[in-house]
Amino acid sequence: MIISVASGKGGTGKTTVATSMAKVLGSKAQLLDCDVEEPNCHLLMNPTIETSETVSLPVPEIDAEKCTACGVCGDVCRFSAIVVIGDQVITFPEMCHGCGGCSLLCPEQAIREVPRELGVVESGWSGGVKFVQGRLRIGEAMSPPLIKAVTAKITPDRISILDAPPGASCPVIRTVEDSDFVILVTEPTPFGLHDLRIAVSAFNNLGLPLGVVLNRSDVGDREVQAFCESKDIPLLMEIPHDTAIAQGYARGRLLVDSAPEYIERFEGLVGRIMDLGSQSLPQPSEAVS
Amino acid sequence: MKEITIISGKGGTGKTTLTAALGVLAPEVVLADCDVDAPDLHILADPEVELREEFAGGIKARIEPSACNSCGKCLERCRFEAITDEFAVDPFSCEGCGVCSHVCPEDAITLEEVLNGHWFISRTKMGPMVHAALLPGEENSGKLVALVRNQARVLAKKEGKSLIIVDGSPGVGCPVIASVTGADHAIIVTEPTMSGLHDMKRALELVRGFTIPVSIVVNKSDIHPEMTESIRKFCDAEKVLLLGTIPYDRAVIDAMVAKKTIVENANGPARQAIDKIWNRFRSTILQEES
Repeated sequence: MIISVASGKGGTGKTTVATSMAKVLGSKAQLLDCDVEEPNCHLLMNPTIETSETVSLPVPEIDAEKCTACGVCGDVCRFSAIVVIGDQVITFPEMCHGCGGCSLLCPEQAIREVPRELGVVESGWSGGVKFVQGRLRIGEAMSPPLIKAVTAKITPDRISILDAPPGASCPVIRTVEDSDFVILVTEPTPFGLHDLRIAVSAFNNLGLPLGVVLNRSDVGDREVQAFCESKDIPLLMEIPHDTAIAQGYARGRLLVDSAPEYIERFEGLVGRIMDLGSQSLPQPSEAVS
Repeated sequence: MKEITIISGKGGTGKTTLTAALGVLAPEVVLADCDVDAPDLHILADPEVELREEFAGGIKARIEPSACNSCGKCLERCRFEAITDEFAVDPFSCEGCGVCSHVCPEDAITLEEVLNGHWFISRTKMGPMVHAALLPGEENSGKLVALVRNQARVLAKKEGKSLIIVDGSPGVGCPVIASVTGADHAIIVTEPTMSGLHDMKRALELVRGFTIPVSIVVNKSDIHPEMTESIRKFCDAEKVLLLGTIPYDRAVIDAMVAKKTIVENANGPARQAIDKIWNRFRSTILQEES
């Protein structure tokens, strides 16, 4: 079972929900932090990291001896990562997507591929919870291949909880695409609702079963609840604003540790998702309304 | 003309709240919403759209089934697992590199431009605004960010505006890099939590890598006063301008629910802190040499 925790809007409580779910599941859980641009699960889980692997992308290097500046590579590359000007071939490795087209199609076999570091994937343990996180190298733009390297660590014998990046574009899609269920964490404000609509639309296109967790549920308006009702999206949990929880989070404390009454609620949440995830059929796609 | 980009590292720290408030306080400003993944500035700006354009930034492969003889060469060469066993292209995985079309011996694969989103020029109570919306699940956010910034510059020049404020996206990846490169100044909005601090440091490292002048705003500064104090010390030690701190104030959420900026809707502690930030902004950032 793979459960992704996503949000649309940032800062709504994805990491809070993902880490508390992992904590209550204990040795049945694996927690994978796929928010590789800003991974935060480790701050709350304090894992012991046992292995660290560098993830890289193959980018071109030109052998000047063999190169005839014929221009094929420059024509093939759709990412402006190789430009041929006169008899000069210039590469822009940071633009490269690693498709391998240039080296494959070079008639002189003058291009070899060298690694560009995207970041690292770290694995370890937090108590009984199996822990994996990706960390994007600062200055690197391309997160999806690193996210893929994180999700490649999913072990089917555990309930895998994926902490997704915010938004609804390609890094999020890469995270959730193989999930059995997506939890959308949002807040009851116009921003929370607007970004929830975008996320729901993106995930419906993928046919993924969804549910909503409403964080700080008593601070804004009631529009998110009305939206969920109109779209038949189950509202799985409401977490009212609680200064003790917010202050605990600020200091790196898990929600279920700051407010132990939530242990049972999170156990119930996981149970409900297991039911929904195994029953749900793909939902029809729909546009943002 | 000065272009200031507001980013955060961690999401939900108050980028858009601050952008919108500064937008109201600043005369002669053009706003640019570069959080194209989850744009929210228009909710507070209440824009009247004057121009709506399509954004076709991406290319996807398409296999013509009648011409395909299932030889498998495309499947073998595609590094993005974008070709299914039935020889169809999975649009969510295709990067549009075109390698499949080059290796197909039957010329059965074509590359087609796809619509990734839309961008807009609008009039708002704060001034003109360029904004955009990526279609849900789409890619090429970096290209769309670059387009929005470019249009904002053209607009500022045309209308004689001296300031552009760019609302960025969370993280440190593609859209954030596209929103800060070449800006005159970056403001990082953070909060005094372990995640806020962790993510602020990564955002700071990114901005410094591009040698862009940077300052920091701490929002909800009173939820963990000791950490706010250590951010203050960190800024001193690192010689980063602490532009200001904003205490937690329910009025911020009330204003958002009313779809107003905090400057229009309240006169409490958050509003007063933002007034101070604006004054500081004028006397420091706007005086920096470009």
